[in-house]
Amino acid sequence: MRNTIFFLVSLAVALVIYFGLRAFGIDYLFVAGYVIVQYVVLATAWNILGGYTGYVNFGSAAFFAVGAYSSVTLITIATHIEDWFSESVAAALNTVFPLPIPVLVVIAGIVGGLIGYGMGYLTLRLRGAFFAIATLALAVVLATLVVNWEFVGGSSGAYVIAPAEMIFFKSYKEYLFALMLLMAVGSLVVARAIERSKLGYGFAAIRDDELAAEASGVPTLNLKLVATTLSGAMMAMAGAPFPYFIGFIQPSSAFGLEYAVNSIAMPMIGGTLSWMGPLVGAVLLGTLQQLANVTISSAVNLLIVGLLLIVFVIIAPNGIVGLVQDRLRARRTK
Amino acid sequence: MASSIAIENVHAAYGAVRVIEDVSLRVDAGETVALLGTNGNGKSTLMKCIMGIVRPQAGRIVADIDGQKHDLVGKTPEQIVDLGIALVPEGRRLFPKLTVEENLLLGAFRKTARAQIKANMDFCFEAFPRLAERKSQLAGSMSGGEQQMLALGRALMQAPRILLVDEPSVGLAPLLVARTIDAIKQLKEHYQLTVLMAEQNFTQAVRIADRGYVIVHGKIAFEGRSADELNNNDLVRQLYMGM
Repeated sequence: MRNTIFFLVSLAVALVIYFGLRAFGIDYLFVAGYVIVQYVVLATAWNILGGYTGYVNFGSAAFFAVGAYSSVTLITIATHIEDWFSESVAAALNTVFPLPIPVLVVIAGIVGGLIGYGMGYLTLRLRGAFFAIATLALAVVLATLVVNWEFVGGSSGAYVIAPAEMIFFKSYKEYLFALMLLMAVGSLVVARAIERSKLGYGFAAIRDDELAAEASGVPTLNLKLVATTLSGAMMAMAGAPFPYFIGFIQPSSAFGLEYAVNSIAMPMIGGTLSWMGPLVGAVLLGTLQQLANVTISSAVNLLIVGLLLIVFVIIAPNGIVGLVQDRLRARRTK
Repeated sequence: MASSIAIENVHAAYGAVRVIEDVSLRVDAGETVALLGTNGNGKSTLMKCIMGIVRPQAGRIVADIDGQKHDLVGKTPEQIVDLGIALVPEGRRLFPKLTVEENLLLGAFRKTARAQIKANMDFCFEAFPRLAERKSQLAGSMSGGEQQMLALGRALMQAPRILLVDEPSVGLAPLLVARTIDAIKQLKEHYQLTVLMAEQNFTQAVRIADRGYVIVHGKIAFEGRSADELNNNDLVRQLYMGM
Protein backbone atom coordinates (compact mmCIF):
# COMPACT_ATOMS: atom_id res chain seq x y z
CA MET A 1 0.00 0.00 0.00
CA ARG A 2 2.78 2.37 0.94
CA ASN A 3 4.46 1.46 -2.31
CA THR A 4 1.38 2.57 -4.23
CA ILE A 5 1.43 5.94 -2.49
CA PHE A 6 5.15 6.31 -3.19
CA PHE A 7 4.53 5.43 -6.83
CA LEU A 8 1.76 8.02 -7.15
CA VAL A 9 3.83 10.72 -5.44
CA SER A 10 6.89 10.11 -7.61
CA LEU A 11 4.70 9.98 -10.69
CA ALA A 12 3.26 13.36 -9.72
CA VAL A 13 6.77 14.76 -9.22
CA ALA A 14 7.77 13.38 -12.63
CA LEU A 15 4.75 15.05 -14.26
CA VAL A 16 5.64 18.37 -12.64
CA ILE A 17 9.21 18.07 -13.90
CA TYR A 18 8.04 17.15 -17.37
CA PHE A 19 5.51 19.95 -17.75
CA GLY A 20 7.90 22.38 -16.07
CA LEU A 21 10.57 21.69 -18.68
CA ARG A 22 7.97 21.74 -21.44
CA ALA A 23 6.93 25.24 -20.36
CA PHE A 24 10.39 26.52 -21.24
CA GLY A 25 9.94 25.28 -24.79
CA ILE A 26 13.68 24.62 -25.22
CA ASP A 27 14.43 21.25 -26.78
CA TYR A 28 17.93 21.19 -25.33
CA LEU A 29 16.51 20.92 -21.82
CA PHE A 30 15.05 17.57 -22.79
CA VAL A 31 18.41 16.43 -24.15
CA ALA A 32 20.22 17.36 -20.96
CA GLY A 33 17.34 16.08 -18.86
CA TYR A 34 17.35 12.75 -20.67
CA VAL A 35 21.01 12.17 -19.81
CA ILE A 36 20.46 13.04 -16.15
CA VAL A 37 17.36 10.87 -15.80
CA GLN A 38 19.11 8.03 -17.61
CA TYR A 39 21.79 8.19 -14.93
CA VAL A 40 19.11 8.03 -12.25
CA VAL A 41 18.01 4.70 -13.72
CA LEU A 42 21.59 3.44 -14.15
CA ALA A 43 22.70 4.48 -10.68
CA THR A 44 19.60 3.00 -9.05
CA ALA A 45 20.11 -0.24 -10.97
CA TRP A 46 23.79 -0.41 -10.01
CA ASN A 47 22.91 0.23 -6.40
CA ILE A 48 20.62 -2.80 -6.16
CA LEU A 49 23.67 -5.03 -6.59
CA GLY A 50 26.47 -2.70 -5.52
CA GLY A 51 24.80 -0.87 -2.65
CA TYR A 52 22.30 -3.34 -1.25
CA THR A 53 24.35 -6.54 -1.53
CA GLY A 54 27.78 -4.88 -1.61
CA TYR A 55 28.95 -6.52 -4.84
CA VAL A 56 30.73 -3.86 -6.88
CA ASN A 57 29.96 -4.15 -10.57
CA PHE A 58 32.46 -2.46 -12.89
CA GLY A 59 30.58 -3.66 -15.94
CA SER A 60 27.67 -1.20 -15.95
CA ALA A 61 28.68 0.07 -19.37
CA ALA A 62 28.37 -3.46 -20.72
CA PHE A 63 24.79 -3.79 -19.49
CA PHE A 64 23.94 -0.35 -20.80
CA ALA A 65 25.42 -1.31 -24.16
CA VAL A 66 23.56 -4.63 -24.15
CA GLY A 67 20.34 -2.65 -23.92
CA ALA A 68 21.42 -0.22 -26.62
CA TYR A 69 22.55 -2.99 -28.95
CA SER A 70 19.51 -5.14 -28.41
CA SER A 71 17.56 -2.15 -29.73
CA VAL A 72 19.99 -1.68 -32.63
CA THR A 73 19.59 -5.36 -33.51
CA LEU A 74 15.80 -5.13 -33.58
CA ILE A 75 15.88 -1.87 -35.51
CA THR A 76 18.30 -3.38 -38.06
CA ILE A 77 16.12 -6.47 -38.40
CA ALA A 78 13.21 -4.18 -39.23
CA THR A 79 15.16 -2.74 -42.20
CA HIS A 80 15.91 -6.23 -43.56
CA ILE A 81 12.41 -7.65 -43.45
CA GLU A 82 11.77 -7.12 -47.17
CA ASP A 83 15.04 -8.87 -48.15
CA TRP A 84 14.55 -11.88 -45.90
CA PHE A 85 10.90 -12.77 -46.18
CA SER A 86 8.35 -13.31 -48.89
CA GLU A 87 6.02 -10.40 -49.59
CA SER A 88 3.06 -11.63 -47.56
CA VAL A 89 5.15 -12.47 -44.49
CA ALA A 90 6.98 -9.16 -44.78
CA ALA A 91 3.71 -7.29 -44.93
CA ALA A 92 2.55 -9.03 -41.78
CA LEU A 93 5.85 -8.37 -39.99
CA ASN A 94 5.84 -4.73 -41.06
CA THR A 95 2.67 -4.18 -39.10
CA VAL A 96 4.65 -4.72 -35.88
CA PHE A 97 8.15 -3.65 -37.00
CA PRO A 98 9.79 -1.29 -36.34
CA LEU A 99 8.91 -2.00 -32.73
CA PRO A 100 7.83 0.94 -30.57
CA ILE A 101 10.47 2.01 -28.03
CA PRO A 102 8.61 0.80 -24.91
CA VAL A 103 8.67 -2.70 -26.44
CA LEU A 104 12.39 -2.32 -27.16
CA VAL A 105 12.87 -1.35 -23.52
CA VAL A 106 11.09 -4.47 -22.31
CA ILE A 107 13.10 -6.72 -24.65
CA ALA A 108 16.34 -5.04 -23.56
CA GLY A 109 15.31 -5.69 -19.97
CA ILE A 110 14.86 -9.39 -20.70
CA VAL A 111 18.22 -9.65 -22.50
CA GLY A 112 20.01 -7.65 -19.78
CA GLY A 113 18.36 -9.76 -17.10
CA LEU A 114 19.50 -12.98 -18.77
CA ILE A 115 23.06 -11.69 -19.08
CA GLY A 116 22.94 -10.49 -15.48
CA TYR A 117 21.77 -13.93 -14.38
CA GLY A 118 24.50 -15.60 -16.41
CA MET A 119 27.15 -13.26 -15.03
CA GLY A 120 25.90 -13.92 -11.52
CA TYR A 121 25.91 -17.64 -12.02
CA LEU A 122 29.47 -17.61 -13.30
CA THR A 123 30.99 -15.07 -10.94
CA LEU A 124 29.09 -14.86 -7.68
CA ARG A 125 31.17 -17.49 -6.00
CA LEU A 126 33.90 -14.87 -6.19
CA ARG A 127 33.90 -12.22 -3.53
CA GLY A 128 35.16 -8.69 -3.14
CA ALA A 129 37.76 -7.52 -5.62
CA PHE A 130 37.62 -10.75 -7.60
CA PHE A 131 33.96 -10.24 -8.43
CA ALA A 132 34.68 -6.66 -9.51
CA ILE A 133 37.47 -7.83 -11.81
CA ALA A 134 35.21 -10.47 -13.33
CA THR A 135 32.57 -7.86 -14.18
CA LEU A 136 35.24 -5.74 -15.81
CA ALA A 137 36.23 -8.74 -17.91
CA LEU A 138 32.60 -9.23 -18.93
CA ALA A 139 32.52 -5.68 -20.27
CA VAL A 140 35.65 -6.28 -22.33
CA VAL A 141 34.31 -9.55 -23.75
CA LEU A 142 30.95 -8.03 -24.73
CA ALA A 143 32.61 -4.97 -26.28
CA THR A 144 34.84 -7.23 -28.38
CA LEU A 145 31.82 -9.21 -29.54
CA VAL A 146 29.96 -6.09 -30.64
CA VAL A 147 33.01 -4.60 -32.37
CA ASN A 148 33.21 -7.75 -34.49
CA TRP A 149 29.51 -8.07 -35.18
CA GLU A 150 28.97 -6.50 -38.59
CA PHE A 151 25.18 -6.83 -38.51
CA VAL A 152 24.89 -4.08 -35.90
CA GLY A 153 27.56 -1.95 -37.55
CA GLY A 154 30.69 -3.42 -35.96
CA SER A 155 33.39 -0.98 -35.01
CA SER A 156 32.28 1.60 -37.56
CA GLY A 157 28.89 2.02 -35.93
CA ALA A 158 25.32 2.26 -37.16
CA TYR A 159 22.90 5.08 -37.94
CA VAL A 160 19.55 4.93 -36.26
CA ILE A 161 16.98 7.33 -37.58
CA ALA A 162 14.17 8.32 -35.32
CA PRO A 163 10.69 8.71 -36.79
CA ALA A 164 9.98 12.34 -37.62
CA GLU A 165 6.39 12.64 -36.53
CA MET A 166 5.15 12.35 -33.00
CA ILE A 167 1.74 12.53 -31.46
CA PHE A 168 1.41 14.77 -28.38
CA PHE A 169 5.17 15.28 -28.01
CA LYS A 170 6.69 18.22 -29.85
CA SER A 171 9.94 16.42 -30.62
CA TYR A 172 11.45 12.98 -30.44
CA LYS A 173 13.86 14.04 -27.71
CA GLU A 174 10.92 15.13 -25.65
CA TYR A 175 9.27 11.75 -26.10
CA LEU A 176 12.47 9.94 -25.08
CA PHE A 177 12.82 12.18 -22.05
CA ALA A 178 9.26 11.42 -20.92
CA LEU A 179 9.87 7.71 -21.41
CA MET A 180 13.13 7.77 -19.45
CA LEU A 181 11.48 9.80 -16.70
CA LEU A 182 8.83 7.11 -16.40
CA MET A 183 11.55 4.46 -16.22
CA ALA A 184 13.28 6.43 -13.48
CA VAL A 185 10.03 6.47 -11.49
CA GLY A 186 9.73 2.73 -12.05
CA SER A 187 13.29 1.99 -10.96
CA LEU A 188 12.96 4.12 -7.80
CA VAL A 189 9.73 2.36 -6.90
CA VAL A 190 11.39 -1.03 -7.38
CA ALA A 191 14.48 -0.02 -5.39
CA ARG A 192 12.43 1.35 -2.52
CA ALA A 193 10.13 -1.66 -2.43
CA ILE A 194 13.15 -3.98 -2.27
CA GLU A 195 14.71 -1.97 0.52
CA ARG A 196 11.70 -2.45 2.77
CA SER A 197 11.11 -6.09 1.96
CA LYS A 198 12.41 -9.40 3.18
CA LEU A 199 14.52 -9.45 0.02
CA GLY A 200 16.12 -6.15 1.02
CA TYR A 201 17.00 -7.42 4.48
CA GLY A 202 18.49 -10.51 2.87
CA PHE A 203 20.61 -8.25 0.62
CA ALA A 204 21.70 -6.16 3.60
CA ALA A 205 22.70 -9.31 5.47
CA ILE A 206 24.86 -10.39 2.53
CA ARG A 207 26.47 -6.95 2.43
CA ASP A 208 27.21 -6.81 6.13
CA ASP A 209 28.47 -10.36 6.60
CA GLU A 210 27.93 -13.04 4.03
CA LEU A 211 29.00 -15.94 6.24
CA ALA A 212 26.67 -14.86 9.01
CA ALA A 213 23.89 -14.48 6.47
CA GLU A 214 24.46 -18.06 5.36
CA ALA A 215 24.51 -19.26 8.94
CA SER A 216 21.21 -17.45 9.52
CA GLY A 217 19.64 -19.35 6.67
CA VAL A 218 19.59 -16.55 4.12
CA PRO A 219 19.79 -18.27 0.70
CA THR A 220 22.73 -16.10 -0.33
CA LEU A 221 23.40 -17.47 -3.81
CA ASN A 222 19.75 -17.21 -4.85
CA LEU A 223 19.43 -13.68 -3.52
CA LYS A 224 22.62 -12.59 -5.27
CA LEU A 225 21.26 -14.01 -8.51
CA VAL A 226 18.06 -12.01 -8.01
CA ALA A 227 20.20 -8.90 -7.50
CA THR A 228 22.40 -9.40 -10.59
CA THR A 229 19.39 -10.24 -12.76
CA LEU A 230 17.37 -7.26 -11.61
CA SER A 231 20.31 -4.88 -11.75
CA GLY A 232 21.35 -6.11 -15.20
CA ALA A 233 17.81 -5.86 -16.53
CA MET A 234 17.36 -2.30 -15.30
CA MET A 235 20.72 -1.13 -16.68
CA ALA A 236 19.92 -2.62 -20.07
CA MET A 237 16.52 -0.94 -20.01
CA ALA A 238 18.25 2.39 -19.44
CA GLY A 239 20.33 1.73 -22.55
CA ALA A 240 17.49 0.64 -24.81
CA PRO A 241 16.36 4.09 -26.06
CA PHE A 242 19.98 5.26 -26.40
CA PRO A 243 20.37 4.52 -30.17
CA TYR A 244 17.34 6.68 -30.94
CA PHE A 245 18.61 9.37 -28.62
CA ILE A 246 22.11 9.55 -30.06
CA GLY A 247 21.25 8.81 -33.70
CA PHE A 248 24.58 7.23 -34.49
CA ILE A 249 25.84 4.46 -32.26
CA GLN A 250 29.24 2.83 -32.13
CA PRO A 251 30.78 0.50 -29.55
CA SER A 252 32.97 3.20 -28.06
CA SER A 253 29.96 5.38 -27.24
CA ALA A 254 27.73 2.58 -25.91
CA PHE A 255 30.51 0.97 -23.87
CA GLY A 256 31.76 4.41 -22.77
CA LEU A 257 33.84 4.73 -19.63
CA GLU A 258 31.47 7.40 -18.33
CA TYR A 259 28.67 4.87 -17.83
CA ALA A 260 30.81 2.54 -15.76
CA VAL A 261 32.30 5.37 -13.72
CA ASN A 262 29.12 7.37 -13.23
CA SER A 263 26.97 4.44 -12.23
CA ILE A 264 29.45 3.68 -9.45
CA ALA A 265 30.26 7.26 -8.47
CA MET A 266 26.68 8.50 -8.30
CA PRO A 267 25.45 6.03 -5.68
CA MET A 268 28.73 6.41 -3.77
CA ILE A 269 28.36 10.17 -3.62
CA GLY A 270 24.64 10.08 -2.90
CA GLY A 271 24.77 7.14 -0.49
CA THR A 272 24.42 3.46 -1.21
CA LEU A 273 22.18 2.37 1.64
CA SER A 274 18.89 3.78 0.43
CA TRP A 275 17.05 4.46 -2.81
CA MET A 276 17.53 8.19 -2.25
CA GLY A 277 21.31 7.99 -2.56
CA PRO A 278 21.57 7.11 -6.24
CA LEU A 279 18.81 9.63 -7.00
CA VAL A 280 20.60 12.46 -5.20
CA GLY A 281 23.97 11.46 -6.63
CA ALA A 282 22.71 11.14 -10.19
CA VAL A 283 20.82 14.41 -10.16
CA LEU A 284 23.76 16.26 -8.57
CA LEU A 285 26.55 14.79 -10.68
CA GLY A 286 24.45 14.57 -13.83
CA THR A 287 23.45 18.22 -13.60
CA LEU A 288 27.02 19.30 -12.89
CA GLN A 289 28.21 17.36 -15.90
CA GLN A 290 25.58 18.87 -18.15
CA LEU A 291 26.50 22.35 -16.92
CA ALA A 292 30.17 21.63 -17.54
CA ASN A 293 29.25 20.38 -21.00
CA VAL A 294 27.84 23.72 -22.08
CA THR A 295 30.13 26.03 -20.11
CA ILE A 296 33.57 24.39 -20.15
CA SER A 297 33.85 21.24 -22.22
CA SER A 298 32.52 17.70 -22.22
CA ALA A 299 36.05 16.44 -21.58
CA VAL A 300 35.96 17.84 -18.06
CA ASN A 301 33.08 15.56 -17.03
CA LEU A 302 35.05 12.63 -15.74
CA LEU A 303 37.45 14.98 -13.98
CA ILE A 304 34.53 16.40 -12.00
CA VAL A 305 33.39 12.90 -11.09
CA GLY A 306 36.88 11.89 -9.99
CA LEU A 307 37.41 14.94 -7.81
CA LEU A 308 33.98 14.71 -6.20
CA LEU A 309 34.46 11.03 -5.54
CA ILE A 310 37.72 11.70 -3.70
CA VAL A 311 36.13 14.49 -1.67
CA PHE A 312 33.14 12.37 -0.70
CA VAL A 313 35.10 9.29 0.18
CA ILE A 314 36.96 11.45 2.70
CA ILE A 315 34.25 13.68 4.15
CA ALA A 316 31.15 11.52 3.71
CA PRO A 317 31.93 7.86 3.24
CA ASN A 318 28.23 7.05 3.55
CA GLY A 319 27.31 9.59 0.88
CA ILE A 320 25.17 12.68 1.11
CA VAL A 321 22.15 10.76 2.39
CA GLY A 322 24.27 9.05 5.04
CA LEU A 323 25.74 12.40 6.10
CA VAL A 324 22.30 13.97 6.50
CA GLN A 325 21.01 10.94 8.41
CA ASP A 326 23.99 11.05 10.78
CA ARG A 327 23.37 14.75 11.44
CA LEU A 328 19.70 14.13 12.13
CA ARG A 329 20.50 11.24 14.46
CA ALA A 330 23.05 13.37 16.32
CA ARG A 331 20.53 16.17 16.74
CA ARG A 332 17.86 13.80 18.02
CA THR A 333 20.11 12.35 20.72
CA LYS A 334 21.37 15.78 21.81
CA MET B 1 10.92 -34.98 20.78
CA ALA B 2 14.62 -34.52 20.72
CA SER B 3 17.37 -34.02 18.24
CA SER B 4 20.89 -35.27 17.92
CA ILE B 5 23.78 -35.14 15.53
CA ALA B 6 26.37 -37.74 14.53
CA ILE B 7 29.59 -37.04 12.67
CA GLU B 8 31.25 -40.09 11.17
CA ASN B 9 34.80 -40.20 9.79
CA VAL B 10 34.73 -36.69 8.40
CA HIS B 11 37.72 -35.37 6.46
CA ALA B 12 37.96 -31.75 5.36
CA ALA B 13 40.61 -29.58 3.73
CA TYR B 14 41.13 -26.12 2.27
CA GLY B 15 42.89 -26.90 -0.99
CA ALA B 16 45.95 -28.92 -0.09
CA VAL B 17 45.80 -28.03 3.60
CA ARG B 18 44.20 -30.82 5.56
CA VAL B 19 42.25 -29.44 8.46
CA ILE B 20 40.13 -32.31 9.72
CA GLU B 21 41.14 -35.93 9.58
CA ASP B 22 38.79 -38.75 10.31
CA VAL B 23 36.77 -37.01 12.98
CA SER B 24 33.85 -38.87 14.49
CA LEU B 25 31.73 -37.50 17.28
CA ARG B 26 28.15 -37.43 18.36
CA VAL B 27 25.93 -35.13 20.33
CA ASP B 28 22.99 -36.98 21.80
CA ALA B 29 19.57 -35.56 22.39
CA GLY B 30 19.50 -32.89 25.05
CA GLU B 31 23.23 -32.95 25.66
CA THR B 32 25.68 -30.10 25.82
CA VAL B 33 28.92 -31.29 24.30
CA ALA B 34 32.09 -29.24 24.36
CA LEU B 35 34.53 -29.38 21.49
CA LEU B 36 37.79 -28.31 23.05
CA GLY B 37 40.94 -27.31 21.27
CA THR B 38 43.32 -24.40 20.90
CA ASN B 39 43.50 -22.20 17.82
CA GLY B 40 43.94 -23.80 14.44
CA ASN B 41 42.92 -27.31 15.33
CA GLY B 42 39.82 -27.44 13.14
CA LYS B 43 36.97 -26.61 15.52
CA SER B 44 35.49 -23.89 13.34
CA THR B 45 35.97 -25.94 10.20
CA LEU B 46 34.02 -28.78 11.74
CA MET B 47 31.23 -26.34 12.59
CA LYS B 48 31.25 -25.08 9.02
CA CYS B 49 31.10 -28.66 7.74
CA ILE B 50 27.97 -29.28 9.78
CA MET B 51 26.38 -26.09 8.45
CA GLY B 52 27.22 -26.92 4.83
CA ILE B 53 29.48 -23.89 4.48
CA VAL B 54 32.54 -26.10 4.00
CA ARG B 55 31.98 -29.37 2.15
CA PRO B 56 33.76 -32.35 3.71
CA GLN B 57 35.87 -34.50 1.39
CA ALA B 58 34.68 -37.69 2.99
CA GLY B 59 32.51 -38.90 5.81
CA ARG B 60 28.94 -38.56 6.90
CA ILE B 61 27.15 -36.00 9.02
CA VAL B 62 23.71 -37.16 10.05
CA ALA B 63 21.27 -35.09 12.02
CA ASP B 64 18.32 -36.64 13.72
CA ILE B 65 15.69 -33.95 14.03
CA ASP B 66 12.70 -35.00 16.09
CA GLY B 67 12.98 -38.59 14.92
CA GLN B 68 13.76 -37.84 11.28
CA LYS B 69 17.22 -38.59 9.95
CA HIS B 70 18.85 -36.16 7.53
CA ASP B 71 22.17 -36.54 5.76
CA LEU B 72 23.68 -33.05 5.92
CA VAL B 73 26.57 -33.48 3.50
CA GLY B 74 25.64 -31.91 0.17
CA LYS B 75 22.87 -29.77 1.61
CA THR B 76 23.09 -25.98 1.31
CA PRO B 77 23.40 -23.87 4.47
CA GLU B 78 19.86 -22.58 4.12
CA GLN B 79 18.48 -26.13 3.90
CA ILE B 80 20.41 -27.06 7.02
CA VAL B 81 19.12 -23.99 8.86
CA ASP B 82 15.63 -24.98 7.74
CA LEU B 83 16.07 -28.36 9.38
CA GLY B 84 16.57 -26.63 12.70
CA ILE B 85 20.32 -26.37 13.10
CA ALA B 86 21.63 -22.93 14.01
CA LEU B 87 25.18 -21.66 14.22
CA VAL B 88 26.44 -18.82 16.36
CA PRO B 89 29.55 -18.04 14.32
CA GLU B 90 32.96 -17.35 15.74
CA GLY B 91 33.59 -13.67 16.35
CA ARG B 92 29.80 -13.12 16.44
CA ARG B 93 29.56 -11.95 12.83
CA LEU B 94 26.59 -9.64 13.26
CA PHE B 95 25.23 -7.35 10.59
CA PRO B 96 26.89 -4.17 11.90
CA LYS B 97 24.95 -1.65 9.83
CA LEU B 98 21.57 -3.08 10.78
CA THR B 99 19.77 -2.47 14.04
CA VAL B 100 19.49 -5.00 16.85
CA GLU B 101 15.90 -5.72 15.90
CA GLU B 102 16.78 -6.17 12.23
CA ASN B 103 19.58 -8.56 13.17
CA LEU B 104 17.11 -10.63 15.13
CA LEU B 105 14.56 -10.58 12.32
CA LEU B 106 17.19 -11.83 9.90
CA GLY B 107 17.65 -14.83 12.14
CA ALA B 108 14.06 -15.69 11.32
CA PHE B 109 14.61 -15.46 7.57
CA ARG B 110 13.52 -19.02 6.85
CA LYS B 111 9.87 -19.96 6.53
CA THR B 112 9.88 -22.40 9.43
CA ALA B 113 11.05 -19.70 11.81
CA ARG B 114 8.68 -16.97 10.73
CA ALA B 115 5.64 -18.40 12.46
CA GLN B 116 7.28 -17.94 15.84
CA ILE B 117 8.91 -14.56 15.31
CA LYS B 118 6.99 -12.80 18.00
CA ALA B 119 7.36 -15.43 20.72
CA ASN B 120 11.06 -15.88 20.00
CA MET B 121 11.71 -12.16 19.91
CA ASP B 122 9.90 -11.69 23.22
CA PHE B 123 11.98 -14.44 24.75
CA CYS B 124 15.21 -12.93 23.41
CA PHE B 125 14.34 -9.61 24.98
CA GLU B 126 13.38 -11.30 28.21
CA ALA B 127 16.59 -13.32 28.35
CA PHE B 128 18.74 -10.36 27.32
CA PRO B 129 17.04 -7.18 28.54
CA ARG B 130 19.92 -5.13 27.14
CA LEU B 131 18.84 -6.08 23.64
CA ALA B 132 15.36 -4.72 24.29
CA GLU B 133 16.85 -1.43 25.49
CA ARG B 134 19.00 -1.18 22.38
CA LYS B 135 16.43 -2.42 19.90
CA SER B 136 16.97 0.35 17.38
CA GLN B 137 20.70 0.80 17.89
CA LEU B 138 23.09 -0.36 15.17
CA ALA B 139 24.55 -3.74 16.06
CA GLY B 140 28.08 -2.62 15.21
CA SER B 141 28.00 0.09 17.86
CA MET B 142 27.41 -2.24 20.81
CA SER B 143 29.97 -3.66 23.20
CA GLY B 144 31.44 -7.12 22.72
CA GLY B 145 29.32 -8.71 25.41
CA GLU B 146 26.12 -7.23 24.05
CA GLN B 147 27.07 -8.34 20.58
CA GLN B 148 27.55 -11.89 21.80
CA MET B 149 24.08 -11.80 23.35
CA LEU B 150 22.69 -10.57 20.05
CA ALA B 151 24.50 -13.32 18.15
CA LEU B 152 22.92 -15.89 20.46
CA GLY B 153 19.55 -14.22 20.12
CA ARG B 154 19.80 -14.19 16.35
CA ALA B 155 20.49 -17.91 16.30
CA LEU B 156 17.51 -18.53 18.56
CA MET B 157 15.24 -16.64 16.18
CA GLN B 158 15.75 -19.57 13.83
CA ALA B 159 13.78 -21.71 16.29
CA PRO B 160 16.56 -24.30 16.25
CA ARG B 161 16.56 -27.82 17.63
CA ILE B 162 20.33 -28.07 17.59
CA LEU B 163 22.51 -25.11 18.47
CA LEU B 164 26.14 -24.89 17.39
CA VAL B 165 28.16 -22.27 19.22
CA ASP B 166 31.60 -21.44 17.87
CA GLU B 167 33.96 -19.89 20.42
CA PRO B 168 31.53 -17.72 22.38
CA SER B 169 34.38 -16.45 24.57
CA VAL B 170 36.45 -14.82 21.82
CA GLY B 171 37.29 -11.23 22.65
CA LEU B 172 35.27 -11.05 25.84
CA ALA B 173 36.30 -10.08 29.35
CA PRO B 174 36.39 -13.04 31.81
CA LEU B 175 33.23 -11.93 33.58
CA LEU B 176 31.38 -11.68 30.28
CA VAL B 177 32.63 -15.09 29.22
CA ALA B 178 31.08 -16.60 32.33
CA ARG B 179 27.84 -14.73 31.69
CA THR B 180 27.73 -15.88 28.07
CA ILE B 181 28.27 -19.49 29.08
CA ASP B 182 25.47 -19.16 31.65
CA ALA B 183 23.21 -17.69 28.99
CA ILE B 184 23.86 -20.66 26.72
CA LYS B 185 22.90 -23.01 29.52
CA GLN B 186 19.75 -21.05 30.24
CA LEU B 187 18.71 -21.00 26.58
CA LYS B 188 19.41 -24.67 26.24
CA GLU B 189 17.10 -25.46 29.11
CA HIS B 190 14.34 -23.15 27.96
CA TYR B 191 14.24 -24.47 24.40
CA GLN B 192 15.36 -28.03 25.22
CA LEU B 193 18.18 -27.67 22.77
CA THR B 194 20.97 -30.00 21.89
CA VAL B 195 24.19 -27.99 22.02
CA LEU B 196 27.62 -28.44 20.47
CA MET B 197 30.00 -25.76 21.67
CA ALA B 198 33.50 -25.22 20.33
CA GLU B 199 35.59 -23.44 22.91
CA GLN B 200 39.13 -22.91 24.03
CA ASN B 201 38.24 -21.60 27.42
CA PHE B 202 38.34 -25.00 29.07
CA THR B 203 37.24 -24.13 32.59
CA GLN B 204 34.23 -22.17 31.42
CA ALA B 205 33.14 -24.70 28.84
CA VAL B 206 33.38 -27.61 31.23
CA ARG B 207 31.05 -25.86 33.65
CA ILE B 208 28.03 -26.51 31.48
CA ALA B 209 29.19 -29.44 29.33
CA ASP B 210 27.89 -32.95 29.87
CA ARG B 211 30.87 -34.36 28.05
CA GLY B 212 33.47 -33.27 25.59
CA TYR B 213 36.03 -33.99 22.95
CA VAL B 214 39.53 -32.61 22.64
CA ILE B 215 40.58 -31.95 19.08
CA VAL B 216 44.29 -31.64 18.25
CA HIS B 217 45.60 -31.05 14.73
CA GLY B 218 42.29 -32.02 13.20
CA LYS B 219 41.94 -35.31 15.05
CA ILE B 220 39.95 -36.25 18.11
CA ALA B 221 42.70 -36.74 20.67
CA PHE B 222 40.53 -37.51 23.64
CA GLU B 223 36.91 -38.21 24.40
CA GLY B 224 35.71 -37.40 27.88
CA ARG B 225 32.52 -39.20 28.78
CA SER B 226 31.83 -36.79 31.61
CA ALA B 227 32.96 -33.41 32.79
CA ASP B 228 35.01 -35.17 35.48
CA GLU B 229 36.85 -37.24 32.95
CA LEU B 230 37.80 -34.05 31.11
CA ASN B 231 38.91 -32.38 34.30
CA ASN B 232 41.17 -35.25 35.31
CA ASN B 233 42.74 -36.03 31.96
CA ASP B 234 46.48 -35.63 31.47
CA LEU B 235 46.25 -34.38 27.91
CA VAL B 236 43.75 -31.74 28.91
CA ARG B 237 45.96 -30.70 31.81
CA GLN B 238 48.93 -30.47 29.52
CA LEU B 239 47.09 -28.47 26.82
CA TYR B 240 45.05 -26.13 28.95
CA MET B 241 46.53 -25.87 32.37
CA GLY B 242 50.22 -26.07 31.66
CA MET B 243 50.62 -28.90 34.12
